[in-house]
Amino acid sequence: MSASDLVLHEEEHRRISGLAERLLRDANARFVSLIDRNGQPITSAGSLPDVDRTALASLAAGNVAATEGLARMIGEQTFSSLYHEGESDHIYLSSIGAIGILMVAFDERSSLGLVRLRVRQVSPEMEKVFDDMLSKSRTGTAEPGGPGSPFAEITDEDIDNLFSDGF
Amino acid sequence: MPFINYAHRELTCKLVYYGPGLGGKTTNLQWIYEKSAPDAKGKMVSLATETDRTLFFDLLPLSLGQIRGFKIRFQLYTVPGQIFYDASRRLIVKGADAVAFVADSQKARFDANIESLRNLEENLRQNGIDLATIPYVLQLNKRDLPTALPREHLEKALRFRNEPVFEAVAVQGIGVFETLKSLVKQTLARLRAGVPVG
Repeated sequence: MSASDLVLHEEEHRRISGLAERLLRDANARFVSLIDRNGQPITSAGSLPDVDRTALASLAAGNVAATEGLARMIGEQTFSSLYHEGESDHIYLSSIGAIGILMVAFDERSSLGLVRLRVRQVSPEMEKVFDDMLSKSRTGTAEPGGPGSPFAEITDEDIDNLFSDGF
Repeated sequence: MPFINYAHRELTCKLVYYGPGLGGKTTNLQWIYEKSAPDAKGKMVSLATETDRTLFFDLLPLSLGQIRGFKIRFQLYTVPGQIFYDASRRLIVKGADAVAFVADSQKARFDANIESLRNLEENLRQNGIDLATIPYVLQLNKRDLPTALPREHLEKALRFRNEPVFEAVAVQGIGVFETLKSLVKQTLARLRAGVPVG
């Protein structure tokens, strides 16, 4: 794997999933998702039935990126959080460090104030996990017990086989 | 950049379809969406105007099976081709692992192709990505139209790094999967070699 890959190992996944579950509970939210700024969903807690999580992550990342563009136009580096208010369901988006986005979906069982408070409380811990992820990705630290990148030995046949099904 | 999730045993890569407005980028994704097995594709998202022009991006998530116990996923994005959506294009190519340039073969769009290719190079550069080295495919679309320029003419103007070239008629699916396969193969070969994109 290269220095520019983003790698999520078991340990960081366990830590960040635990934080997402805690936030879901403490904020009384419907759904919590951690996303990277390129639109990749990293982990989530709770449920939004019939919602495609990949599409959701991609739109959230696009939303944050576009809003950052707006911020720069008026001389701000970024807007650290976004709030979308619906009739009964709402979405709160917050930046986590340089590469993460935290999305919290909630309804009338919670409030913007509570969500904002709980996000502020959990953000430093989430940022620390992202920092650890990035640090391991940059140093190429392999999975414990693993031989290194699982993709180092893939063959042309492996790649060809991907197209044998589904197309 | 590829996202490798050891906890879920998943690899996710971002492929971007770039090119001038009305060149057939969205049509490529629509064809792939229509012809893919239901369990291989996610929901296709299109942020389009009332006249079906791409406003922000289209997204199609695809799952291509497994390699060495890892699920291989690709997120296919298109950019809005119209010149004034440059800020959106710059956002979308961020983190791209591979790019397909969908050129419009029509004579009247020749200059638009050149301008879009220059714009791609600049927007990648601003995101720390080098067009000379990122996995890349040139697709010459709309080959069926009577106004299409000869392939050699277009290659001379648009091909610059010995990249794979595919002639396409995206509305009929011609050249669409060949383009996708080439992007996927180059992306995985690069991952195998451990070469950074940027």
